[in-house]
Amino acid sequence: MLGTASGRRRRGGRISDPGPLPVYHGRFGERQAERLLWRAGFGPRPGEAAALAKHGMRHAVLSLTRPSSQRLVGPAPVLQNGQPIEPFDVYGNDVLWWLDRMVRSRAQLVERMTLSWHDWFATSNAMVNSQRLMIDQNWTIRNRCLSSFPRMLTAITTDPAMQIYLTLSGSTKQDPNENYARELQELFTLGVDNGYTEDDVREQARALTGWTNTWDQATGQPVDFHFDRTLWDNGIKVIYGHRGRFDWRGSLKLVLDHPDHPKFFVTKLWSYFSAEPLSARDTKAAEYLYVSSGKQIRPLVEAMLMHPTFHAGHRMVKPPIVQLAGMLRGIGRYIDTDAWAWESGEIGQMPFYPPNVSGWDATQWLNTGTWLARFNLTAQMIGQQRALNPSTAKVKADPKRMTKQAIDFWGGPMISEPTKAALGDYARAAAIDSATETWERTAYPVLALNALRALVVVTPDYQTC
Amino acid sequence: MSDKLRACACQDFNRTELLRRGVAQAGKGLPAIEAGMPLPAGTGLSRRKFMLSSAGLLLSVYGAGRLLDPAALDAGIADAATTAGGKVLVSIYLQGGIDSMSVLCPVGDPLYTTYRQVLALPEGAGPVFTEDTQLQWHPLAAPLAQLHAEGKVSALPTIGYTDPMNQSHFTSRHYYEVGALDANLATGWLGRYLDAVGTPDNPLQGLCLDYSLQPSLATARVPVATIDLPTDYSFWAEGVYGTPQELMYGAFSSIGEVGARTGDPGMKQSGEAAIMSNTLRQQLLQFAPAPNAATPALPAGYPTAGDDFPARLAAVAKMLAAGLPINIVTVSTESVFDTHENQVASFTSGLGEAMQSIYAFQRDLEARGLADRVLTVVWSEFGRRPQENASAGTDHGAAGCGFVIGENAAGTMIGEWQGLAKGLDPLGNLTETADYRSLYCSVLEQWLGHDAAQIIPGASSLPRVTVVK
Repeated sequence: MLGTASGRRRRGGRISDPGPLPVYHGRFGERQAERLLWRAGFGPRPGEAAALAKHGMRHAVLSLTRPSSQRLVGPAPVLQNGQPIEPFDVYGNDVLWWLDRMVRSRAQLVERMTLSWHDWFATSNAMVNSQRLMIDQNWTIRNRCLSSFPRMLTAITTDPAMQIYLTLSGSTKQDPNENYARELQELFTLGVDNGYTEDDVREQARALTGWTNTWDQATGQPVDFHFDRTLWDNGIKVIYGHRGRFDWRGSLKLVLDHPDHPKFFVTKLWSYFSAEPLSARDTKAAEYLYVSSGKQIRPLVEAMLMHPTFHAGHRMVKPPIVQLAGMLRGIGRYIDTDAWAWESGEIGQMPFYPPNVSGWDATQWLNTGTWLARFNLTAQMIGQQRALNPSTAKVKADPKRMTKQAIDFWGGPMISEPTKAALGDYARAAAIDSATETWERTAYPVLALNALRALVVVTPDYQTC
Repeated sequence: MSDKLRACACQDFNRTELLRRGVAQAGKGLPAIEAGMPLPAGTGLSRRKFMLSSAGLLLSVYGAGRLLDPAALDAGIADAATTAGGKVLVSIYLQGGIDSMSVLCPVGDPLYTTYRQVLALPEGAGPVFTEDTQLQWHPLAAPLAQLHAEGKVSALPTIGYTDPMNQSHFTSRHYYEVGALDANLATGWLGRYLDAVGTPDNPLQGLCLDYSLQPSLATARVPVATIDLPTDYSFWAEGVYGTPQELMYGAFSSIGEVGARTGDPGMKQSGEAAIMSNTLRQQLLQFAPAPNAATPALPAGYPTAGDDFPARLAAVAKMLAAGLPINIVTVSTESVFDTHENQVASFTSGLGEAMQSIYAFQRDLEARGLADRVLTVVWSEFGRRPQENASAGTDHGAAGCGFVIGENAAGTMIGEWQGLAKGLDPLGNLTETADYRSLYCSVLEQWLGHDAAQIIPGASSLPRVTVVK
């Protein structure tokens, strides 16, 4: 069994300073700025990556981690009938409400961190069944997304949606419910089987007792979530070898002070920003930064966004909802239909409905099913208004030029030369080689440009960052 | 209690197709949340889709990437179909850790109502379990009781494993999926069997009916397939038709190949998905069903309300009847039996559908003359704790129930009900009287005719149980 007493003693010492995390000193051009905006936000608006690159890497990172404005820019969300969305009351409108923030917020990293915390503390409205409580939780994690992890953990533990989802409310001295105690350790702070035992789960469950709520007689909704001392197990618990009459605050302190927590924390946080793991040495440095800062989130995020591997490492597949929001940003479209809520499920990431308590599996974003959905999403996104009509539009049958036009349609994302060549090959085959009749020579370039636009966003270049 | 009941009526799993899909993906093995932690078995296998018109079903094929040549898959399925007719094993997973004491209720156990003050069912509420009259089937398990009475069900009232006991859904399910108490095993127990006996060109040999591959079917060598349900698989681009549209599909492959050729794993994953999607599209051309063909109704007996579970079992019977070369099948309930709270409501709807579906599946096989070829194993990742909690629910326990079903099932209990007085471990959970790996070894040897030592680690030291007549 992991987490034995002897193991704890061995690993329980103070972490010595391994020195700071390395900082990227390579070129910071449009390509690097584009990656930063996709990984720490929802992709650039047209021209934004080039503009950001001019400020240099450090300034670019700080502009995200210390945003000067949280304003939403652009038209407010509406449905296809022009009516305003009803995020609390209409199914799917909750998704639109958040997607709108992803698209319009000037504090892009705040929204992106909120998405990461939603994955970290995955809570599904399939169980909670209250869009209001889910959105309340969304604000709770947004408001703390760059603060400190102890603050975040305290807030999420007492959050009504979480208390419903992991049945913490109603867990009492007489009948402690282990659900939250288990996931607190397994998924939120330590990792599966990492540094705790089944006994610790039971004892933590006892410490976490005492939460309850009442029910609004009129609406049937859960209300008044609170700690009731009389429902709390005030007996002695033994957790990770410590004895005491721990309550929920004691429970959180124990797990936050656990010697195995910092490594879990920095490793998991890093995984949201990079496809490649941190080296052992840099993990130690990140742990040191985390612990020595009082478990602050912002300094660690800043160091991660400046890390050489972040900028020079392998590409990551864009999470589906990130790509959806980024496509809207690229073409200057906003929330004007509830289709985006349903499409988010088709492409594999419907916010507020993670598949289970461990969140979404980022190793499984792309398969033939989700690839199909991403492709068909494009048709929805271009729509009849934006598609070129072969009876009215004129397109010059020039493969290079058509390829550029298709890329520019999406705000000019960086596409590699080999991919551009493959797109150009298609343009030549479809617009020139196949066009023999007179009408075909006029129409095919238009149809081919429509197709090229759809193809650009399913290229490996665009689907990764 | 009425407040609590209200709290749990919230498991509204069927508002939309999308929502159901989210739920169907729950618990895909160990979550990858920490460096060095094992990924779920099967992670990294690539996937492609195509339509089999003979059964009207859309397949996703899993395997080692470009080794899967679509033409070879076609030929492989056709070849294997000519010799189809062998034995089939169907694995049905009851998601979430089902409360075994509410399936086979120990109404004759003197401590039953002590542990289950709220959840206990009255004596006589359901059919008596004839092999041990302390036990009584849940009324909604009556269809299974009927099959049991016909000698077609072997019940395992307390199946499980001994230390290191793990009550995490992810880990315990992983143990069951890989057939070993080994968090690092990346192939499933059924996948390893197919690696030993399967062919490199017949993905239907291992068939999972779900949105994604069930880890127990994860192979290292041979391809396996998933289907969700008869569905359309078509690409649509706004303002594109005619020749430019036909050529566009080919561009999926050419832009995909650019990514697949790079050394970058992200580009490669995206590129391969593009290539596979076009491969599927080509497959669709020859297998596409007639446009606007109505979805055929389920055969009689399958539940028609609720989720896709009954339709998936019906699809298995249909595919077997169509002569498709299927050896191993895995299906999961969409109902989740993780009943921490207000167990009665969520448990009964899920159990009712599961039991009626399994019964209908057996009858369907019998009607099609396939019953002698199919053995079904029903399992869950653990049972629940005998002591109910204050939320009228039950927490994660240890041993739970399992069933072996079929015309050839031995029809006799495997293990026993030891009673609540002596059958509990120090943590208050049920002690197993049959090891799940013993069951796997026995199924492999007695039903599939394969030496378990090649498949299940430690097989030589595991006792065997009788699973086949």
